[in-house]
Amino acid sequence: MIALYLAGRSWAHRLPAGLKLLVLAVASVLAFPIDTVFPLLVLLSIAVGLFASLGKPGLNKLVIIRRFAPFLIVIILFHWAIGTAGLGIIVALRLLALVLLASFVTLTTRMDDMMAAIRPIFRPLTYFGLSDRRLALALALMIRFIPVLLGVLDNLDEAYRARSGKAGRWRIFAPFAIQALRLSDHVGEAISARGGADGLPDGQRIDRILGK
Amino acid sequence: MTSDRHLVLIALFAALIAALGLVPAFQVPFLGGVPITAQTLGVMLAGVILGPVRGALAVLLLLFGVALGLPLLAGGRGGLGVFQSPSVGFLIGWPIAAFVTGLIMQKMADANVLVSSIVAAAFGGIIVLYAFGVPGLAIMLKTPLWETFIGAMIYVPGDMIKVVLTGLITQTIARGYPSALLTRRS
Repeated sequence: MIALYLAGRSWAHRLPAGLKLLVLAVASVLAFPIDTVFPLLVLLSIAVGLFASLGKPGLNKLVIIRRFAPFLIVIILFHWAIGTAGLGIIVALRLLALVLLASFVTLTTRMDDMMAAIRPIFRPLTYFGLSDRRLALALALMIRFIPVLLGVLDNLDEAYRARSGKAGRWRIFAPFAIQALRLSDHVGEAISARGGADGLPDGQRIDRILGK
Repeated sequence: MTSDRHLVLIALFAALIAALGLVPAFQVPFLGGVPITAQTLGVMLAGVILGPVRGALAVLLLLFGVALGLPLLAGGRGGLGVFQSPSVGFLIGWPIAAFVTGLIMQKMADANVLVSSIVAAAFGGIIVLYAFGVPGLAIMLKTPLWETFIGAMIYVPGDMIKVVLTGLITQTIARGYPSALLTRRS
């Protein structure tokens, strides 16, 4: 799995994650009531400028714009259909600028730092017995499960193809659900056998699990 | 210990929602090619099978991964950008939809599994989810609420398919692996 983080040592990478999140939050709140084109164009230029400040790898990441373009076109068309085309352009500009700003924060912040910065939001979950360690383990398990699930799905589809010559599609949903649940029970037992989620050795960094 | 098992199940369903966004075969082309992601199917299943609290936790775990910068949403989207995008209302609605779905499933413990999971998924995964998603769209896009609501209706047929699939899959699990159906254990 490719994380959206861009490895590097730029000025933006060195800023604390909490500060970047704070600036992003303030920018979103301030940009929200703006309803004229000019300040939004300024904001958009700043966002693009931030990407440019990372050099060529940063500029390459501006493909986000292309991926987002169809949504923007639909938004403008929708506004045009209900007779507020001008507002549609303003909304599209603001969305693009804010999405770029937020992506910039993701691009320049390591997952560990982001996790440390976001963690306080999840503190209420300790009510349900979710300690920091459990959260980290659950996150690692989720990341690991994705390719495993896709593998299970692939095997079932191949087996179905071998039997029928057709793609399995929805017919493999049921065996997939049962195999996936059985798999997760085995993993749960294995964790319990090793002393439970709270007994696992600490220090499994997420970046390392991701292979980065 | 059961808490380890539940932790793994929460991670499994979070991964399932992510995987549903990655498999192109699961993206149903509907009404002139508007892609409909299968990810809400995972949200419905998390509620129906894991119950309200664990179902919501599975969705929150996924969103936590997204906020950290993992491309876990349909089409490889992720990072903080998605929380600035028009669909943020739906993302906020996801854990609540899973919670309500699980709650209804639990309250209907005596009813037929297929019927109760379809009712729970339809109420939680469509009505509750749109109650957050549509106002979210209207606020983010500055469009009038009613027109936005009408526009969002093109997604409802796809959601109904997901509701039926949720019912069928849950029934299969109830028969083939009943111990995993946490909403139905006495």
